[in-house]
Amino acid sequence: MEVGQMQRQWVDYTKSLFMEGLLNGQQFLQLQQLQDENNPEFVFEVVSLFFEDSERLLKDLTFALDQKGGVDFQKVDALAHQFKGSSSSVGALRVSNCCLALRNFCLEQNTDACLRCLQQLKQEYCLVKNKLETLFRLEQQIMAAGGSIPMMELSF
Amino acid sequence: MAPHDLATQLTALVVDDNTINRRIHQKLLKNAGVKNQAVGNGKEAVDIHCYGQSFNLILMDMDMPIMNGIEATKKLRSMGICSMIVGVSSRSMESEIQEFMDAGLDDYQVKPLTNAKLTSILDKINHSMS
Repeated sequence: MEVGQMQRQWVDYTKSLFMEGLLNGQQFLQLQQLQDENNPEFVFEVVSLFFEDSERLLKDLTFALDQKGGVDFQKVDALAHQFKGSSSSVGALRVSNCCLALRNFCLEQNTDACLRCLQQLKQEYCLVKNKLETLFRLEQQIMAAGGSIPMMELSF
Repeated sequence: MAPHDLATQLTALVVDDNTINRRIHQKLLKNAGVKNQAVGNGKEAVDIHCYGQSFNLILMDMDMPIMNGIEATKKLRSMGICSMIVGVSSRSMESEIQEFMDAGLDDYQVKPLTNAKLTSILDKINHSMS
């Protein structure tokens, strides 16, 4: 596949993520705009940090909600707050909305609802992780072929 | 001196317990030519000033462990710190924002900061220095 085609594929794929509501277009493009020659992998680094952070948070959330002796909702809420913060910052919209829902269920001290919400949160996280990894693979292919990542604008 | 030159002399402190937010805000500042550092909670922000450091701009998160943004802002103001302190948070309730402003903020912005928001903050600082 030639570079132009790969770039168009990247643009279409990125747009689809915005259309599906998986990524907040404005937020994600802001991140892209921070990338420059001094930090050509800035988005990749921030998103990788997000993946690491998320995996730890999901593990801690699972542990906190598994306490048979009684759930510490303050702890769960604090974790959900952290997760909401980082997911919002990278534009992972559906993940961040799930975190908001989880915080509301913590307020109600509803363990079952929290557990169901956590399940959904894990699914949304896996989904956005897979999509972003695909996006980065496309980027690597473009750069390996000597091309550059197109600068997108939210005009669609 | 052109505004751009003034900007390269500015310094900032990012106060946020979230690694990703710190990373993004530091990059935003770096791209704008602002020398910056980051700490993970309000107490560290206060301590860094106790050690004699000062900054033109402090980006202060609200919810942090050990010492939150409201307490840290009050403490810094009581220490006589006159830097521009901008509260950066995801809170949107009027009463919460007002409480944060009352602690001594110069401005409040919803997180995460964007290039446009940062530019308007830096313009205010440059304007007050000229």
